[in-house]
Amino acid sequence: MLSHQLKRKLDKANNKNLPQTSKTDDDDDFNSDSDFYDSDVDEESSDLTDSEADLSGSDEVDSDDETDEVNTPSKADGSDEVDSEDETVDTGSKPVSTTSSPSIIKKIDEYAEHDTSDEEDIRNTIGNVPKNWYDEYEHIGYDWDGGKIEKAAQRDQLDSFLQRIEDPEFWRTVKDPQTGKEIVLSDDDVKLIKRINSQRIPDENFNEYAPWIEWFTSEVMKMPLRKFPEHKRSFLPSKIEAKRVSRLVHALKMGWIKTNAQYKRLKAKKKDQFYMLWQTDSDAEKMRRIHDHIPAPKRFLPGHAESYNPPSEYLFDERELQQWHKLEETPWKRKLHFIPEKYGSLREVPAYPRYIKERFLRCLDLYMCPRGIKLKLTIEPEALVPKLPSPRNLQPFPTFLAITYEGHADMVRTIDTDKTGQYLVSGSDDCTIKIWEINTGRCLKTIATDAVVRCVRWCPNQALSLILVAAGNKVILVNPHVGDFLINSKTDSLLKDSPKNDTIINERVRATVQWTEPSDTEYDRGFRAILQHFKEVTQVTWHGKGDYFAVIMPDGQNRSVLIGQVSKRRSQLPFTKPKGLVQSVIFHPSKPYLFVATQRHIRIYDLIGQALVKKLMSNSQWIATMDIHPGGDNLLVATYDRKVLWFDLDLSTKPYQTLRLHGTAARGVSFHKRYPLFASCSDDKSVIVSHGMVYNDLMLNPLIVPLKRFEDHKSCNDFGVFDVRFHPLQPWVFSAGADGTIKLYCN
Amino acid sequence: MVAKRKKKFTSGEGARYITRQGALKKLQLSLKDFRRLCILKGIYPREPRNRNKAQKGRSGIKTLYHSKDILFLMQEPIIWKLRDMKVFFRKVAKAKTTKEFGQMHRLLKQHPKLKLDNIVKERYPTYIDALRDLDDCLTLCFLFSTFPSLEHINHEQFALCRRLTIEFMHAVIESKALRKVFISIKGYYYQVEIKGVTITWIVPHQFGYQPQRGEVDFKIMSTFVEFYIIMLGFVNYRLYNSLNLFYPPKLSIRNVPEIEKKLVNKEALTSERIAGLNLPLHNTVLHTEEEVELDEFPLESSSEEMAEAKKEGEEMNKLKTLFKGLKFFLNREVPRESLVFVIRCCSGEVSWDKLLFVGSTFDEDDETITYQIVDRPIVDKQFISRYYVQPQWVYDCINARELLPVNKYFIGEVLPPHLSPFVDKDRDSYQQYIPPEEVLLRNPNVKLADNDMEEDEGLEKEAEGEEKEESDDEDEPDELKDETVEKLQQNAKKKLSVKTGEVEKEDPWKKHKLEKQEYRLREKMVKNKHRRLYKSMMEGKKKRSKEVWLLKKKRRLIEEKEKAARKGKTN
Repeated sequence: MLSHQLKRKLDKANNKNLPQTSKTDDDDDFNSDSDFYDSDVDEESSDLTDSEADLSGSDEVDSDDETDEVNTPSKADGSDEVDSEDETVDTGSKPVSTTSSPSIIKKIDEYAEHDTSDEEDIRNTIGNVPKNWYDEYEHIGYDWDGGKIEKAAQRDQLDSFLQRIEDPEFWRTVKDPQTGKEIVLSDDDVKLIKRINSQRIPDENFNEYAPWIEWFTSEVMKMPLRKFPEHKRSFLPSKIEAKRVSRLVHALKMGWIKTNAQYKRLKAKKKDQFYMLWQTDSDAEKMRRIHDHIPAPKRFLPGHAESYNPPSEYLFDERELQQWHKLEETPWKRKLHFIPEKYGSLREVPAYPRYIKERFLRCLDLYMCPRGIKLKLTIEPEALVPKLPSPRNLQPFPTFLAITYEGHADMVRTIDTDKTGQYLVSGSDDCTIKIWEINTGRCLKTIATDAVVRCVRWCPNQALSLILVAAGNKVILVNPHVGDFLINSKTDSLLKDSPKNDTIINERVRATVQWTEPSDTEYDRGFRAILQHFKEVTQVTWHGKGDYFAVIMPDGQNRSVLIGQVSKRRSQLPFTKPKGLVQSVIFHPSKPYLFVATQRHIRIYDLIGQALVKKLMSNSQWIATMDIHPGGDNLLVATYDRKVLWFDLDLSTKPYQTLRLHGTAARGVSFHKRYPLFASCSDDKSVIVSHGMVYNDLMLNPLIVPLKRFEDHKSCNDFGVFDVRFHPLQPWVFSAGADGTIKLYCN
Repeated sequence: MVAKRKKKFTSGEGARYITRQGALKKLQLSLKDFRRLCILKGIYPREPRNRNKAQKGRSGIKTLYHSKDILFLMQEPIIWKLRDMKVFFRKVAKAKTTKEFGQMHRLLKQHPKLKLDNIVKERYPTYIDALRDLDDCLTLCFLFSTFPSLEHINHEQFALCRRLTIEFMHAVIESKALRKVFISIKGYYYQVEIKGVTITWIVPHQFGYQPQRGEVDFKIMSTFVEFYIIMLGFVNYRLYNSLNLFYPPKLSIRNVPEIEKKLVNKEALTSERIAGLNLPLHNTVLHTEEEVELDEFPLESSSEEMAEAKKEGEEMNKLKTLFKGLKFFLNREVPRESLVFVIRCCSGEVSWDKLLFVGSTFDEDDETITYQIVDRPIVDKQFISRYYVQPQWVYDCINARELLPVNKYFIGEVLPPHLSPFVDKDRDSYQQYIPPEEVLLRNPNVKLADNDMEEDEGLEKEAEGEEKEESDDEDEPDELKDETVEKLQQNAKKKLSVKTGEVEKEDPWKKHKLEKQEYRLREKMVKNKHRRLYKSMMEGKKKRSKEVWLLKKKRRLIEEKEKAARKGKTN
């Protein structure tokens, strides 16, 4: 380290001095010096003692000689050596040593032996290679004769420490990297180093302030030194300069350049760069402006959470903090864009580290973010909910669960009430139908069938006591023998003797259905007639008068709908072409129309005219069932895709209203015969009773208000409620659940 | 002859917009120059109504400018200036590379400068418009005034920012326009009202400058500042003019020590004192007219509105003279500039340690000082004649528009929370959380009850019980009456068999439940068109109420913890 510094300093010092010194000294000295030095190395291979002797010798000389002649070469020499050599510490000492014998130097011819331009330190001949290449060897290099230069004994730290303590000369001992030997610096060397360190000229005898010698006189002499006179152009004004001046003057005139005074004036003027730009507060001058300007939205104002001392509930707890850090990638999802912090006093508040970044982002937003006008809704979500009359004003409607009819062992698929409103019939998956007394909840009768009962319908004709039961492939006409005895016996007698058919039954019909008489045991059970079908029957429905009925077999292709007549005991097939998977059929209450629901459409046929009247689009994937308003102009359709559709037949072929009341597939809908009520049930176990008022005024659209939701049934195999029926007289509703119970809701 | 078919995107949405690349081509500018031009002229990309059409059917998201905006830019003389600048920089670079330094210096002396006066007028047709857009301008200028000089940015900008912001603050002080202040973790928010326009800006906390690791392009910010300083200068000019003040501001400086006069030139002397914010500026007119009181115009507006306006006016007047006659002394550790600004806006007198900053008017040992603002745990030498309060007191007073009791703000006290004055006061408490402190502030009557509760917990429970009973009674006064009547009657004639019928109580919970059920059914009748919107709105509502619930819960837990700690201490 020291050596390095020393070298640099020397360099500097010499660069300064060289131009002065080189003039005074003679070149011979300079070159021969180094020569001598080389030879010196040759002879003695740089012995430590020798160099010491040299150093001591130099001391003497220095003190003795005080002439310029001796000192200056040393200076020059020193500089050169340092330039050429790599970091050698003892360089300082060498030039001094050379000065000890100036007389010898002069005797030796300067270029006698070899070229001296390359002044290397050749005590070690390995050249300029890294010294660590010799780390593994005993020697450190080779001397001039090719002999190995032994490494000096390596000392460990302890040794060097001991030496530092014991040796008074330790501080001036340095290691020669060339030879690996230790050299003790002489007093002179130390002095030299000190001078260099304090940035003085290394040679203390050099006079910096020597008197100036004027080689050329500054005085103008009378007589010319040269023998020829001055040229003419030295007396004439310069044309080039005149041109230059004129150019400058022109530039000044044109204002391309300015004088310093002008600049000053301009600067002073700049202070008053502001003036009254707007004369009034609100009057706008007419000028071209940006088209359709959208002002930038203002920044949001801070809330309590941004305070330096917020209420402590605003601080993040551990979970919130974790959440905040988790959203590092998507910072816009964070609920706050900063972490709230609380400081006890104002002096503790540090600068906000993201402040500059935030301002920068705002700048970017101002000029890069696309702007557009977006209307913002200022309404409350409640305003979107339609204003409907309160359910309380729409009473009566069923409000509470009154009776639960229990007894079926399996899912109750279908229910129906008789016309008087006393009895209820239900059909179940346990292959039975049960007759219930509505008011007491008592099961009056259980009639077993052969298969799963899919549909039961009580005859709407009050003079008949008949139930249509769809069980498996059969449709059974059952006389339940409840209620008025007279009617029951009359019904029996009516059905006893089958009317004689003159007409020949069509082959197609015969293949589809066969009317058979029940056996005795069956007759005892109440069966009065049995219709054997070629496919499974899913639904039966009565015509309003109670003589005709319709039967559906969805798998029957073009024979899926069948219309039967009880009085004549015969059936007919109304359609010749299959129209799709028939889901449900109903008769119009007053007109001779038949509604046939396939998967997606509902077709209305005129039975007398034998033509398609209308085709209703349901906009849903799969229709479940439907029911018609007693007025005959409105149709309710339940679909498996959760919707309940209200069709106003006068209005359009599209649903007047789509009610999404249920969470899962809607399975049943029903209108009340007298009250403006309808109900729907679905697999989400709920029965929803709604108000559905149809006005006589054609200008008024039906009013639909959901009134009440019941959720008393239990779910069974993902089925909830299968069927829903109103009481014919009271505003009561029955629901048939998959849990094997029937429930009655009363008002 | 068949009519020529109309090409696509030649009219309507497709022709209305132009992409950035298209704009560059049209204007023949580099992106850098275009960006600068856009910032200065206030041109921004637009969000088209139909992006597909606006992008002429190209995929991806393009930055779209209105083509009229680009045409507008094309007319701008600054474009030529920018082109001249390009030439100029080329000349300078050439002089530099050929080492003609004289030439280079001469060139640099005539560095072309953009004149933005006209653009300010064009972007802000009226003074009010300029005021309306002053938020960003002030925030950025205040930020730049705290910056050290940066690379590639004209150092004059920083000095000018500092000067202009100080001048603006002086104008606010003179007009007493300050309305709200807020210390946030980001900095100080100030809200002022000038000409009926509310302006809010942020001043960062001290030592806010940190080198940004490539995240921030200071050049872009400096382009903004280049425009903003011109704008702020003109606003200041008009502001001073309307306040009858000299612009640039003038001060009467007295009591300046001779040495200082000698050492510092006059300009620096005044500018330093102006930066002190503590001295009133020179007026152009000697006497200004008194405050105009609101006249009553019963015909024009309803009396309620009038009363409200009058009340607001009174409150404003109260705020303007909030600290009138009070003398404040600032300790060394408090933020001087902010406090001086705020106190002087409310007519207070303020001073500080002489060595801290020039412009102090009285010393610490002045006996007439009423408040000393201190922000250290202990002060050795205290005067009895003054209150030693923490700085938050000043800010809270201004937000409350009255002098708050100082006892909560003494040295070493745990400060009450500092609340934001910017929150909407009429908000729904279900949708946004209102901390109890804010409730207290708004309604001091609640405060008393709360204080009682805090004072003795033993009584509190009983009181609560009583309150409950009372509240029950209040709910059904009719019932109470009936009962008393009944008792009286019973006492009078016990034999009479007729009894008054019992009032059937309506269970509020059941009623609520029923209503909720009804609403839930009604909810299903939302139009299909609005279904999604309704759903998202309800979700938002739910989220907000959840947030409120969470904050309430946190508060409850904290209070419980505190209570337990207090109990533990007393035991």
